[in-house]
Formats: sequence, C-alpha cells, structure tokens
Amino acid sequence: MNDPQSRFEEGRAIDPRVDSPAREGLTGTARGGLYEPTRDPEDVTQAPDQRPMAEQPHWRKDFAIDVPEDDFVARRDFARFLVLISGAFVAGQAWIAAKSLGPDRHTHQRVRIASLAALAPGSATMFAYPEAHDSCLLIRTKDGQLLAYSQKCTHLSCAVVPRLEQGILHCPCHEGIFDLLTGRNIAGPPPRPLPIIELEVAGDDVFAVGVRVRQS
Amino acid sequence: MSAPQRPLTRAQRTTVVYGVLCFLLLLVVVQLWLLTATMNAWLGDDEAVVWPALGASAACFLLSLGLLGYLFRR
Repeated sequence: MNDPQSRFEEGRAIDPRVDSPAREGLTGTARGGLYEPTRDPEDVTQAPDQRPMAEQPHWRKDFAIDVPEDDFVARRDFARFLVLISGAFVAGQAWIAAKSLGPDRHTHQRVRIASLAALAPGSATMFAYPEAHDSCLLIRTKDGQLLAYSQKCTHLSCAVVPRLEQGILHCPCHEGIFDLLTGRNIAGPPPRPLPIIELEVAGDDVFAVGVRVRQS
Repeated sequence: MSAPQRPLTRAQRTTVVYGVLCFLLLLVVVQLWLLTATMNAWLGDDEAVVWPALGASAACFLLSLGLLGYLFRR
C-alpha cells in the first residue's frame, strides 16, 4: 500500500527521499490533491434561506442569484435554443425530402386553356395551370409564336408582368427581368428561369399539357 | 493513474460554454446554408441533393445535441 512502486502505479508517486514511514505526516509527504483548495468566493452561492445548494429547489439553479452563475445559465440556455433551431432545420430538410418522395410533380393533365382565335398576335392572357391557384401567362408574339410560363417569379413568387414591346417579363416587386422568348432570368434577383408550360394546339384550341421546371 | 478531477470553477465553465456556443453557431449556420441551397435546388427540379443534405443536416443536429449534453453534464 505504501511502497513506492504501488504509489507510482496508482499515481501517488512522491520523492522517495521523503517517502518513508518515519516521515509520514511531515511536510512534503502528502500526495498532491490530498487537500481541497480553498474555494474562490466567486464560486460560492449562498441561498437566501442559508440551506446548502443541494437542498434547494431545482428552479433556483435555473434562476441564479449570482452574476457569474447567471452568465453561465443564460449562455447555456442560448445554446439550448441553438440546438432547437438546429432541430428545426433538420425538420425543414425532412419536409423537402418527404415532398420529393410524393407524387410526380411533372405529370399533369391536359387542360384546354384558350381559344387561338381569341388571342391576337402581340397579346397575352392569363390562365391557371396545373391547379386553380397556379397562375400562368399565355403569350402570342407578333409573329404568331405561342409561349406560356408560370407567372410566379422564381425569386419570391410575385406575379410577373409581360412587356411584349420590350421582349421581357418584368417582376415589379424587386425588378426581376425574364426573357420573353425563353423565360430565362436575365436581370435582378430571380435565381432560376420561369417554369415553362408545355402547350399543344389542336385546331382552334390551345391545351396545356405539362410544366417544365428548369435549374438554369 | 489520473489525479482526482476537481470541479470546474464558474470562470472555467463560462469559458467552456463560450467554446461550445462557437461550435453550435457554426453548425447552425452550416445547416441554414444547407436548407437554403437544398430548397433552391429542389425548386429548380434538382432532387439529387435532397437526401445527402438531409443526412448532413441530421449529422450537424446530432453533433449539436452531443455538445449540449456535454454542457449539461458540466
């Protein structure tokens, strides 16, 4: 128990010159860490009822009365909120993943949207596709070409406005501009082109048959 | 072999909590970037990044939980 080898193995090694039974208890024979150091007053909390902290109710630990302890608790709670936010981000990612597993976003019904005769060259009209709240634009250029795009700006979903004479689709919210002939984002904050509505013309009727979303 | 561990002083615990907060902030910013980038890609019809991004975000969350657990054990 007290031989130098076992002291060494147990991490209690001390200078062998003073490690003898005859000097036990004298200065220099006590191993390190034997005595608890005096606690800094900054580290001592005295509850108002003078009872030890171990006997205090739990809420007193969360509503500290000392400034250093309150600093610690406030920052620890901030860390807890950050982890909560982190969990919310994971939930958002999971929502996107779940939506990507859902029904195919690109399969749509064939819907009649306009009469060709009613749409003069150099004009535009609105229609809803594929759902009733999905506003779209059908444009007939001066040379007779039919174009259709989703009307939702790819920036923040404001409605874009066709400016046929300038050859653009303009989003008035943040000055986003799309090319009229291709739907590509050419100026302003929109990050992606407008989705194209695929069309079919049968006689005098114009049908929407699909939506093509593009990354760039 | 190891000497008995003394409890941390309040000043030391505050230093630890600041360190943990730095890591947590970094992780949350990474997750915010992941979410915006994934949403942008998904809205642009690119679904290839959805699942890897979910895995990366979940890993960040688990790391955050571990750091918070460490903080509450102190």
